[in-house]
Amino acid sequence: MKIPERILLAHGAGGRLSHELIEGVFLPAFSNPELESLDDAAILPELPPGRLAMTTDGHVVDPPTYPGGDLGSLSVNGTVNDLVMVGADPLYLSWALILEEGLEGEKLRQHVESARRAAEEAGVTIVAGDTKTVPRGRGDGIYAVSAGIGVVPEGRRVSDRRIEAGDAILLTGTAADHGATIMALRHGLEGPGLHSDCAPLNHLIGELWKGGIDIHAMHDPTRGGIATTCNEAASRSSLRFLLSAQAIPIAPGVYAVCEILGLDELYLASEGRALIFLPGNQSEAALEILHAHPQGRDAASIGVVLPAEAGHAPVELETLSGSLRPLDMLSGMDLPRIC
Amino acid sequence: MRTRDPFSDSEAVRGLAREIAREAEELEARLTIMEVCGSHTHAIARAGLRSLLPEKIRLISGPGCPVCVTPVDWLDHAIALVERGDVILSSFGDLMRVPSSRRTLEEIRSEGAPVEILYSPRDALKLARSRPEKKIVFLAVGFETTAPTIAAALVEAEAEGLENFLILPGNKTMPEPMRLIAGDPEIAVDAFLLPGHVSVITGSDAFEFLARDYGLPGIVAGFAPTDVLRAVLEIIAQGKHGEAKIVNAYGRVVTREGNQAARKILDEVFVASPARWRGLGEIPASGLDLRPELAHRNAALLPVELPEPIEPPGCRCGEVLKGMIDPPECPLFGAPCIPERPVGACMVSSEGSCAAWYRHERWRNMESGR
Amino acid sequence: MCLAIPMRLEERDEFSGRVSLDGVSRQISLMLFPEAEVGQWLLVHAGYAISAIDEQQAEETLALLSEYAGEMMEL
Ligand code: SF4
Repeated sequence: MKIPERILLAHGAGGRLSHELIEGVFLPAFSNPELESLDDAAILPELPPGRLAMTTDGHVVDPPTYPGGDLGSLSVNGTVNDLVMVGADPLYLSWALILEEGLEGEKLRQHVESARRAAEEAGVTIVAGDTKTVPRGRGDGIYAVSAGIGVVPEGRRVSDRRIEAGDAILLTGTAADHGATIMALRHGLEGPGLHSDCAPLNHLIGELWKGGIDIHAMHDPTRGGIATTCNEAASRSSLRFLLSAQAIPIAPGVYAVCEILGLDELYLASEGRALIFLPGNQSEAALEILHAHPQGRDAASIGVVLPAEAGHAPVELETLSGSLRPLDMLSGMDLPRIC
Repeated sequence: MRTRDPFSDSEAVRGLAREIAREAEELEARLTIMEVCGSHTHAIARAGLRSLLPEKIRLISGPGCPVCVTPVDWLDHAIALVERGDVILSSFGDLMRVPSSRRTLEEIRSEGAPVEILYSPRDALKLARSRPEKKIVFLAVGFETTAPTIAAALVEAEAEGLENFLILPGNKTMPEPMRLIAGDPEIAVDAFLLPGHVSVITGSDAFEFLARDYGLPGIVAGFAPTDVLRAVLEIIAQGKHGEAKIVNAYGRVVTREGNQAARKILDEVFVASPARWRGLGEIPASGLDLRPELAHRNAALLPVELPEPIEPPGCRCGEVLKGMIDPPECPLFGAPCIPERPVGACMVSSEGSCAAWYRHERWRNMESGR
Repeated sequence: MCLAIPMRLEERDEFSGRVSLDGVSRQISLMLFPEAEVGQWLLVHAGYAISAIDEQQAEETLALLSEYAGEMMEL
């Protein structure tokens, strides 16, 4: 079965071309009995014991391909990570694409291939899928929508309500790599150190669970970055978070991109990092586990949780000059600030 | 974890802050220092410098945030251009959320209007080459630092015969509004923190008039925390001795004469013209208009239909820009005017005084964290 | 206003050059600062070099700063 040269509207219409697309592109990539039955819905084998977790996510990214990833891997990892962040072990995903008429078949194949690889790396199975097409000029080439289910084993309770004063805040790697890479690409900047951190987090976080770490809460700082994610968690927990600029690991290239384009690294997305809230006295042990894993080499303790205090913002940063700066939520998109 | 520029060194910052506290004790009255440059506003907020300064030093923001002073009808004009159908707007990201009479550029973009966010005016030339069937209009805002980059892009387009690159002229120059503020008896400014990157182009001599004509000290300062604090220290020293001098404290990039090549290109392309400033009104010779020879590059001459401009009612940006009130004194501050839904332009850019206050200062005076 | 960042000039031709900071590089125009030399730290604004960093001045400022920092250490 061959790959179409360009996507036509009919590829999403359910007729023969749709079938060709499924058999030529999707089935070869995601072969598994649940998907291959091609029924209206996948019937899953019995799940391991625990509470069921489910999530869904839409994905748009401009440009759709960038150093370190593309829409295919981003959509799979994003859904995997959403499950991991609530303490679940991710198991099954659905994956739907919306394609703009005229998209090159080869580009589609690349996104499918990287989705396949991402699923394999995370150890999840894609059991259902769909493709729709929109007329040329009505889409941005390719969009993805993914949903996933996983199981939270007995004994894991991950919730912002468990965050308490005295908790440490860990970040599992350098901040803002994904967001800075995308912004750099859009504005003509390049550098060997710039690539997305997009990755599945289940193996890394699994090590912490195995090591007996009592994770209170977890978030992946995607849109809006560390600052926005911390604000959301702080408002749900009614506590005060104090972060240290000195402690937040940032790749030098990322820092340079932010300086040049007038962006703030604390507001740019990561796609393969977690912010972890855990008891302060487990911080050392957790860091040791993280550092031993290739994905967690740069992990660091970046802040502490304190009781709320009058005159202080819910999230503050101790700047490099030693002063305190309130960190607000991101308002709107982060735009380069030049003039 | 980061290697960071030594001009932000925390030990030096603390040493300077301590020295400022010591020196300020001997001041007889409170010193009001106006930072005219939006990047200073941003840098001061970002480094949390207000919290390091003693009571006797009051920092206020002036009219140097380019998007904050861009008038409503200029934005209306930009939007009317895109409605012609043959225009692609290109702009710095800074302008995207500034309210016009009706909508923002970000809003019309989300409705499908072609608005490109660019890092450099040169990128607009690239766009013009790739879209020969459209007019690429660059929204020319910014002060003396930015205007030469736009002028250079125009010179390049002329040399290349790139017909479809135009600008909507809106660049402004700093000295004139500062003269206005310095001479206004209602505005009590004791000294100016002078714009470092504007001075790279104009040279520090361009601000001598402040000391000469108005007896006010002015310090050309960079944007690292130590740059700002050193300038404050110098202002206190002058204040104590009753002096008024223009001092260049950003000698690593600023000279007395400025950048001659840039000033020459600026002269080739632009002429001084009267300009309207949001909040300040019309100021003679404070704008840069295209020379008549370049009329074919002037998007303001393309026929469009303009709506009646509507100023946001109740917005006190004008008084904020002149340093007459602090942003929280505006009754709209915080409700309904917030960075996500700005009523006035000062709440838009992180350089705008209202936005900087909202993000960085509002907690300090609050009873409880939430 | 006027975000301008020091970047090092890596190579140049008549009107343009490539500058870099921490391994991140970009093409810029040298039209506003034609005298730029390869290896020099330039001040870059909106894709144009507008000045060079005067190393001697920078060092004098840093020396001054280390005095303030040093005084801090003693206290
Ligand atoms: S708070 Fe809003 S309405 Fe009030 S002056 Fe500032 S920008 Fe204008």
